[in-house]
Amino acid sequence: MNPDRRQFLGWGAATAAGAAAVSTLAPGFRLIELAQARSPQEAASKLQRWGLLIDITKCSDCDACVTACHEENGVTGHGRPETDAQWIRKVSLRDKRTGYAQTLPLMCQHCEHPPCVDVCPTGASFKREDGIVLVDKHTCIGCRYCVMACPYGARSFVHEAVSGQKADVPRGKGTVESCTLCVHRVDRGETPACVEACNKDGGKAMAFGDLNDRESAIHKRLRTEPSTQIRADLALNTGVRYQGL
Amino acid sequence: MMRIAAGIVAATLVLAGVADAGEKLAGRVAVPAIKIEKGEACVAPTGEMRRDHMKMLLHQRDRTMRLGIRETRFSLKNCVDCHASRVTGSVLGKDGFCSSCHEYAAVSMDCFECHTPLEQKRTAARP
Repeated sequence: MNPDRRQFLGWGAATAAGAAAVSTLAPGFRLIELAQARSPQEAASKLQRWGLLIDITKCSDCDACVTACHEENGVTGHGRPETDAQWIRKVSLRDKRTGYAQTLPLMCQHCEHPPCVDVCPTGASFKREDGIVLVDKHTCIGCRYCVMACPYGARSFVHEAVSGQKADVPRGKGTVESCTLCVHRVDRGETPACVEACNKDGGKAMAFGDLNDRESAIHKRLRTEPSTQIRADLALNTGVRYQGL
Repeated sequence: MMRIAAGIVAATLVLAGVADAGEKLAGRVAVPAIKIEKGEACVAPTGEMRRDHMKMLLHQRDRTMRLGIRETRFSLKNCVDCHASRVTGSVLGKDGFCSSCHEYAAVSMDCFECHTPLEQKRTAARP
């Protein structure tokens, strides 16, 4: 299916979902409920597309998001920055002429057309129906094509044996991993750990929500305020958007 | 085919055990420690669990990973939460529910290379 047709169908689905979501039978009673926690028996649905909006004018030198992410997901290093796994990192930008410096958190951008999925030889790298890009470590053979294909350098390879994993976040040697958008929390109806930490201890720069839901705060902001995708020229339609870049 | 072969092996072992009064067998290969730590019954009858627990786990694994369906009944977390040892809080180790039986059957098990073998509720409750 070429991207145009896919995009067209996507618009169709999004329009249908939007129309269904706002059609109400009586006040407070909707035909289809708005974004909410799914029941555990329910599969992730195309009606939703999870994403982040990061306002980097509010992002300062703190690394609350990085700490919270690595704590939540049990990502521990061995003090070897060259090979330690990194799910999210702070990137500093500086305009050479003016000296204007900015900093922003960078993680898996959860693309609509993810290059990591395109190149994966085993189908381990995949995009879930709700737009979250994941690695199925049961089928990952550790070839690291996806690590090379990702334009954001978002993926890490686990070089060394891991112990003390979190029950919701299995991690093991010989597989590739990256930001999961805290899929285990999203499935419970919570927000990712980085967003929670940023809003609690940081500059309140990060927002999480359903990009398809017209009623969501993130959709409203994207509709009314300017935002950018990193490497928009690649036309990957990232799920993570930035403001003030 | 594998099942038949396993049956023959088991029958041979039992015969050998009877012949040697069971002592040698127990001495050479540790008999699995099957201690059920918690709950009245498993998620399926014992016979079915012994035969098919790996199929249940495989099925649940793909549903959870690919579709995001997080039913607890056949999840590995659910297994571990009931079967973890009261002493170590783990399903691995010498008398671990998973490891002792797999060692006896000489089946290697990769689950816990990535997944935690520790029971969560009790670990969380501990200071």
